[in-house]
Amino acid sequence: MFGRFTDPAAQAFSALQHEPIVLYTVVAVGIIFFLVLVGITLFGWWGTLWRNWITTVDHKRIGIMYVILALVMLIRGFVDALMMRMHQAVAVGGESAGYLPPDHYDQIFTAHGTIMIFFMATPLLFGLFNYVIPLQIGARDVAFPFLNNLGFWITCSGAVLINLSLAIGNFARVGWLAYPPLSEVSGSPDTGMDYYLWSLQLSGIATTIGAVNFVATIIKMRAPGMTMMKMPVFCWTTLISNVLILMIYPVLTVAFALLACDRYLGMHFFTNDGGGNPMAYINYVWMFGHPEVYVLVLPAFGILSEVVPTFSSKRLFGYTSMVWAILVILVLSFLVWVHHFFTMGGGIAVNTFFSTTTMVIAVPTGVKIFNWLFTMYKGRIRLEAPMLWCLGMMFTFVGGGLTGVMLSIAPADWQFHNSLFLVAHFHHTIIGGVVFSYFAGFVYWFPKAFGIKLNRSLGICAFLCWFVGFYLAFFPLYILGLMGATRRLQHYIEPSWQPYFIIAMIGAFIIALGILCTVLQLLLAIWYGFMHKGILPVHENDPWGDARTLEWSISSPPPAYNFAIIPDVKTLDAYWAMKMTGSKRKKTDFSDIHMPSNTSAGFFAGLLSLILGFALVWHLWWLVALSFISIIAVIILHSFVSDHNGYYLSSGDVQMIEDQFTTYLESKGIQA
Amino acid sequence: MSEPIQVENHCIHDHDSTKIFGFWIYLLQDLFLFATLFANMAVFSASYDIGPSGRDFIDLTFVLVETVLLLVSSITYGFAMIQLHRNSLVGMQIWMTVTFFLGLTFIMMELYEFNHLIHAGAAPWVSAYWSSFFVLVATHGAHVTGGLLWMICMFVHLSWDGLNTNNRTRMTCLSLFWHFLDIVWIGVFTLVYLLGAL
Repeated sequence: MFGRFTDPAAQAFSALQHEPIVLYTVVAVGIIFFLVLVGITLFGWWGTLWRNWITTVDHKRIGIMYVILALVMLIRGFVDALMMRMHQAVAVGGESAGYLPPDHYDQIFTAHGTIMIFFMATPLLFGLFNYVIPLQIGARDVAFPFLNNLGFWITCSGAVLINLSLAIGNFARVGWLAYPPLSEVSGSPDTGMDYYLWSLQLSGIATTIGAVNFVATIIKMRAPGMTMMKMPVFCWTTLISNVLILMIYPVLTVAFALLACDRYLGMHFFTNDGGGNPMAYINYVWMFGHPEVYVLVLPAFGILSEVVPTFSSKRLFGYTSMVWAILVILVLSFLVWVHHFFTMGGGIAVNTFFSTTTMVIAVPTGVKIFNWLFTMYKGRIRLEAPMLWCLGMMFTFVGGGLTGVMLSIAPADWQFHNSLFLVAHFHHTIIGGVVFSYFAGFVYWFPKAFGIKLNRSLGICAFLCWFVGFYLAFFPLYILGLMGATRRLQHYIEPSWQPYFIIAMIGAFIIALGILCTVLQLLLAIWYGFMHKGILPVHENDPWGDARTLEWSISSPPPAYNFAIIPDVKTLDAYWAMKMTGSKRKKTDFSDIHMPSNTSAGFFAGLLSLILGFALVWHLWWLVALSFISIIAVIILHSFVSDHNGYYLSSGDVQMIEDQFTTYLESKGIQA
Repeated sequence: MSEPIQVENHCIHDHDSTKIFGFWIYLLQDLFLFATLFANMAVFSASYDIGPSGRDFIDLTFVLVETVLLLVSSITYGFAMIQLHRNSLVGMQIWMTVTFFLGLTFIMMELYEFNHLIHAGAAPWVSAYWSSFFVLVATHGAHVTGGLLWMICMFVHLSWDGLNTNNRTRMTCLSLFWHFLDIVWIGVFTLVYLLGAL
């Protein structure tokens, strides 16, 4: 009846009893959660929250919810990072050095990696996809609005499940990709590994659902006249990134499912006995893991290809080569996975092959860097916050790429493998390449979503803190790696390492200041929304000036239906062409617009999948059966009620909404 | 959504073709899932450890019957789709029923086979070979079960709404799914059973 709760080995509440840090965190999170609930009730927001957000199928609102989830998880993952840096700065000596016991420290580095990749980067990515893609291709919504809602809620339940492990039971102590046999029952008998498996399976399912949606949206719903080679580069990168997701997430799903079979059913895939082979898991997981890097970084490249031309007031240099570089990366990204474990002992032929392909993949990436540089060349560059993030990205990412080429040399890799040099390298590419670009995109598209720009000074401060903080936090790790420090050290006995760890900690705190600046920016924006009682007034369509793509042709924030008239695209950079030809915005004569209805099925399916995950972790078999059957029942029920789904927004309503925008433009004297 | 479109709105124009396209994309994803399981089967194809080997237990005649059942069910589903294009609801329901029972028999035979294997000492926890065997075959079986469940839902949908656009799209997607499972089974039959029986 109570599954593993009655099993003392599962340590259901031991972290709360013996780890004051965990106890205080859980209490603090509980209080914040309670205050939020009280706030919502006092302001009477439950109705609007349910109607406008939880059950929404509007891609713009779902996009905003994804970004909020990602920012919350960023803070969670970043606190883990700060704790590790603070711990390592003082952890010289024995096991009792520092303030984190080994068991807790191991959980923290596992949670940090897992949360940052699966519950921070991926939701932020899908947030941007959701908000921007339909607007850029001139569509009124994504191909499958219900699936969009469902995917969000399953992601959310995955995130809640992984955070539940803080309070109830443990989290895994296995590193972010959970290599067996340590992650088998023999190495990780308690609930931590099961939290890991099921929360990531949920995230994987949601990501796959999202990818199906975006591939279908981009292929089938582009505005008339927008051929593939007239799509903005961000759409191209999104398409390829989602194709990659469709090809690699099944591999991850299988790898985790097989590991779960080992753990739950006593099978022998990755065990040391019974003919199992742990290296098989490591191969599967990196067949997923390496392309996943490109899933994250390709859209980052896409963001730069949007932001750099806007703030250079020039068209993107080398559009065609950009697209081909993306396609080449798609193919090559499948041919490099073994470079994550040259030390497997694959032999000279295997290592040489993967070493060479790894070096080759630097070529299309370099093409992109040159294209952005040539876009800026002789451009009229404006150093607004999004452009600063882009410049920081180009500078930093090239450096990260160079150390990547160092790691790709197999004999040298035997030295670098699992050292802090490696840790510094992948943070160099992921923070420098992915995080900086996503922030560029976030700041760039923020005024599209809310009508106002984020505070400029705070934005520049945020960038400078991240930029300086990054170099301070990670360059000492390169040096430490070369001095022989391995990753995931709970303590070390070499006192000459300590100064470097202290510098790295200072860097992490400077990054924390950057995050604080972003939080302040957001608080200012929330205050603005609060003053307008949540109904944001429309603002000009092109706040940055010189924007080139279709999302900037409609009001900020856009109306629910996006485009009153579906644009007719004739060239690349469709909105730029409209401005150049001086085509006028249509102000009357609108038709009725078909809109999809809201649905609560996604929310309930998400909630039930959280219960399912929790029941699987704690071996509550009756609850597993009950919640699984309920999920299927909800989806089937939805299929029966959704037939009569959708309604028409009358042309009168459309006229009213468009008139607001016309009035605003006229009041500002803008001709459009 | 089934009524003719009076408004200028390209997202509804081809909404059904978008759905079918989306389903193809889903199948692509599923194909990669099975590809990984096939690769896994190949990796562990000789990892018997102390357990029995494949050829000790694989009964090709039994599996051949299973195969024929599933292949015939694909043909009967094809007949159902022909009836759909002829707008014959009754004809379609008859062929769907035949398909359903063929699929059900297949699943029953598979369950019998699993039960038999486990009792005879070829259980999934015996060795990596049998772990891979069971996971691959059972994943296919779970998909077929899902297809059967989908068919039950389609019977209800069809009896409520008849052959409207939504149901036609659903039948087309289910058709893709069912044929896809057939193709995967050909892979299972070859790679797991024929090669395993060598």
